Amino acid sequence: MTVEHSNIDYSERIPNNVGLAGNRRLQRALESWQPNYIKWWQDLGPDGSTGFDVYLRTAISVERDGWANFGFVKMPDYRWGIFLAKPDLDRKIAFGDHLGEPAWQEVPGEYRAPLRRLIVTQGDTEPASVEQQRHLGVTCPSLYDLRNLFQINVEEGRHLWAMVYLLHAYFGRDGREEAEMLLERHSGDADKPRILGAFNEPTPDWLSYYMFTYFTDRDGKFQLAALAESAFDPLARTCQFMLTEEAHHMFVGETGIMRVVQRTCEVMEEVRSDDSKAVREGGAIDLETLQKYINLHYSVSVDLFGQEISSNAATYFNSGLKGRYLESRLDDDHRLTDSLWPVHLVIDGSIVLQDRPALNAVNERLRDDYIKDSQRGVDRWNAVLDSHGVEFRFTLPHRFFNRNIGTSAGISVTPQGAVIPEAEWNAKRGDWLPTGTDQAFIGALMNRVTEPGKIAAWIAPPVRGIDGKPWDYEYVRFN
Amino acid sequence: MADTGTAPGQQTSVFVDFATSPAQYKHWRLDIDGRVARLSLDVQEDQPLVPGYELKLNSYDLGVDIELYDAVQRLRFEHPEVGAVIVTSAKDRVFCAGANIKMLGQSGHGFKVNFCKFTNETRSSMEDASAYSGQTYICAINGPAAGGGYELALACDHILLIDDGSSTVSLPELPLLAVLPGTGGLTRLVDKRGVRHDHADFLCTTSEGIRGNRALEWRLVDQISPRSAFDQAVVDRASETAQKSDRPTSARGIELTPLKRHINGDQVRYENVTIDLDRELGVANILVAGPTEAPPGDLAGIHAAGDKFWPLALARQLDDAILHLRLNETEAGTWVFRTQGDNSLVAAFDDALLQHASDWLVREIILYLKRTLKRLDVSSRSLVTLIEPGSCFTGTLLELALAADRCYMLGGNFEDDHSFPDATVRLTGMNFGPLPMVNGITRLEGRFLGRPEAIDAIREKTGTGLDAQAALDLGLVTFIPDDIDWADEVRLALEERASFSPDALTGMEASLRFGGPETMESKIFGRLSAWQNWIFQRPNASGEQGALRLYGTGAKTHFDKGRV
Repeated sequence: MTVEHSNIDYSERIPNNVGLAGNRRLQRALESWQPNYIKWWQDLGPDGSTGFDVYLRTAISVERDGWANFGFVKMPDYRWGIFLAKPDLDRKIAFGDHLGEPAWQEVPGEYRAPLRRLIVTQGDTEPASVEQQRHLGVTCPSLYDLRNLFQINVEEGRHLWAMVYLLHAYFGRDGREEAEMLLERHSGDADKPRILGAFNEPTPDWLSYYMFTYFTDRDGKFQLAALAESAFDPLARTCQFMLTEEAHHMFVGETGIMRVVQRTCEVMEEVRSDDSKAVREGGAIDLETLQKYINLHYSVSVDLFGQEISSNAATYFNSGLKGRYLESRLDDDHRLTDSLWPVHLVIDGSIVLQDRPALNAVNERLRDDYIKDSQRGVDRWNAVLDSHGVEFRFTLPHRFFNRNIGTSAGISVTPQGAVIPEAEWNAKRGDWLPTGTDQAFIGALMNRVTEPGKIAAWIAPPVRGIDGKPWDYEYVRFN
Repeated sequence: MADTGTAPGQQTSVFVDFATSPAQYKHWRLDIDGRVARLSLDVQEDQPLVPGYELKLNSYDLGVDIELYDAVQRLRFEHPEVGAVIVTSAKDRVFCAGANIKMLGQSGHGFKVNFCKFTNETRSSMEDASAYSGQTYICAINGPAAGGGYELALACDHILLIDDGSSTVSLPELPLLAVLPGTGGLTRLVDKRGVRHDHADFLCTTSEGIRGNRALEWRLVDQISPRSAFDQAVVDRASETAQKSDRPTSARGIELTPLKRHINGDQVRYENVTIDLDRELGVANILVAGPTEAPPGDLAGIHAAGDKFWPLALARQLDDAILHLRLNETEAGTWVFRTQGDNSLVAAFDDALLQHASDWLVREIILYLKRTLKRLDVSSRSLVTLIEPGSCFTGTLLELALAADRCYMLGGNFEDDHSFPDATVRLTGMNFGPLPMVNGITRLEGRFLGRPEAIDAIREKTGTGLDAQAALDLGLVTFIPDDIDWADEVRLALEERASFSPDALTGMEASLRFGGPETMESKIFGRLSAWQNWIFQRPNASGEQGALRLYGTGAKTHFDKGRV
């Protein structure tokens, strides 16, 4: 007679492709963690949303069509799954000191501490953004947008699961403790804040939210892409799968801002003026204010890449823990022992471009890739301006504008890249970054619109809806 | 000039000056609020002592530590009202990352050892203040405390750790750098804090360290507090501690005025200490001048004299002289001590110290003399004392003779120079307790281990002038050559000394000087330092491909796996 260990159908409750049903150690760990996770979701997840039916996408496998299963779900019942990209059984380490050796299926003892650190730092950002965005539902501009917010929230939750899975499965008791801590630190908490600064800032309105998903989630994309190269195969495969979802988050940000720009152009035509006061009175967000929000969110996100010259980054790369963006497509020796990389630095108060050992510059290189990638959405927003015959153009500020980390911290740099005296910078701050008045104006625009087919006046409707549905579909049922 | 490093392209020598004052501090801020002082570490990244590295994340070098030492000293003398000292960081979310690794990587071996010794002495002096001065150190760890950062905390009497879910205490030297935590961390964990050795083992091999509750359970810290309540908890603890201090609340401190030191080629001259360097022979001749007038008649007079009071002036000058010679004159391998003055006057000063020992200032002066003599004991130099007519090896100054590896006393007088009467030495109460070595016993006890009757015989002679024969009979001096032999004996001894391997001499002297019991302090200066200095020399740490050299480049160290 066989003894039934558990009545829970794990593949149903926690969709996964990691053999959860056959791994008792992992089951036990996740079972004790899951109630805390649900409690966290109830306490700090989307405010007042427990009873809503939301048209959500749920990943149930990593097959082609497996990641996108749509249906109405109450969010606490969302099936947060654990998925790793399909294994490549012959995968070899693509960079660093272990180049060419088989990828690791277990954590090498030697790298246990730094790997855990990387996973915890990444994992900490996932629930952080859910916390930052928890009050946005109250001021949603449309049901479509509300649904997208919730979709991103549950996926950030799933990403947390993914990191917790790694901690539980590969890091023993310390991993379990770290997993608990991921639920104990909270965004903006006075006692136990999130690890990274940008994840302790509030996301007070929907414009900030689109900016966050465009700029800050894009940092996430590049971090995940670098971890997707990791020699530790389970981490690499987890991050590969997360990247699919992260792309959707950035899509929400990019199209969100594009729709705001679209609406602003329409209002400019209606009021026949490009004067910001007239645009504001017409109920839209003026282009100057949009540029200030770009400046703010871009500069905060650029900080997330860390120091320009970093010994930790060098160690991570050389040890095979964290690679570069699209490592395998790069045409070099993938060891970087002798090569150089041009790095922007502030030395004696001036901005210079200097060749530095490439190994110590991998953070900076990732930042370079990020900057290039960030420009693409800006170009699309400018194309909207162009199509309306508007001459204004959005730009990304200089990489050293408004920075708090790296050699430019403490130096006053204009969005154009000029180093100026601090007093002058402070005097011009309001021209470059959102002022209290700007924030109050944006805040006043935020009114809840939940009637299907209706949308707030400051944003245009999307071009298309979700999963082939029209944009005015009733994506959220409040019951 | 201190030879600081050997890395190509780096400046290899720098003159190290230990004199500073709060107005000149670059890296520390000293604030006093009633009974509580606050020492805040705010290291200026771009102000290293030697070019070639940046002091990131509140990491420190010798320059940072010189300021700390100065602050500890000034708190004792200039602030009698201070009963508790908070050590914390002025930077947000970082406490201290320990000794700067790039600095260690580019430094030569001798400089590293000197650096570690000085930082160790400063931490011991903080513990000395907590234990004997009524000035208790409280560490407020408000961000990650790594390596030397946590060791700084370990030197405090009470450790408060912010419980923010991420700040840890850690000793990552072994896993990251292939060396030991070199500032007493290992010893203090087990000896002072009673941390279990298996727990300590885990801590010291886990680079990211331990936070919050576990740090408390494992006795790595004494108290944890959430971020929002942290500042208050620190202030509360400091105020409570200060209340218990026996230091006077309304006394006036004395100012430690800048030391007058003149360096002129081979001569370094202070008011009461003169150093003449014989570079060819590798000898520093150190002449200590005794007092020239009687001590003030009462306590008020001592306070009024302030840092001009001879024992304090002497301690400050000797302290600086030792540090200067250690760092800047590394090839003067033998220090030869002579004194000049009146035995009775020295005895009178000793008596004054002992009579007023319970006064806060006099207590500080005695403690300072103790620490200075300890600094002498642990110096890696051959110590020779020459006792000649006109000298004043009495009481406190006789400790120089007792500390020496060899002590020669002239038997009789010089044939052709009778300017002074025959040399005598004299014991005072200072020789029997107030000035112990790092192993907790007096130099006399160390000299006559297991022979209390020998010490009793010596104690009976307290106050009496002892001539060469008497000193030899009591075992206070090594040899008593007469005028005919004196010059040759001394010359031969010094020349012979100079011909030996400095390394072997250092090892031998350190082994012979500290007979008897061990204390935490002696273990730190003995065992821990010896292990560390061995590891520093090994290729696994400091070879071209060693962990210290490669740290930060991302390159991996391939260890020689042979256990030695």
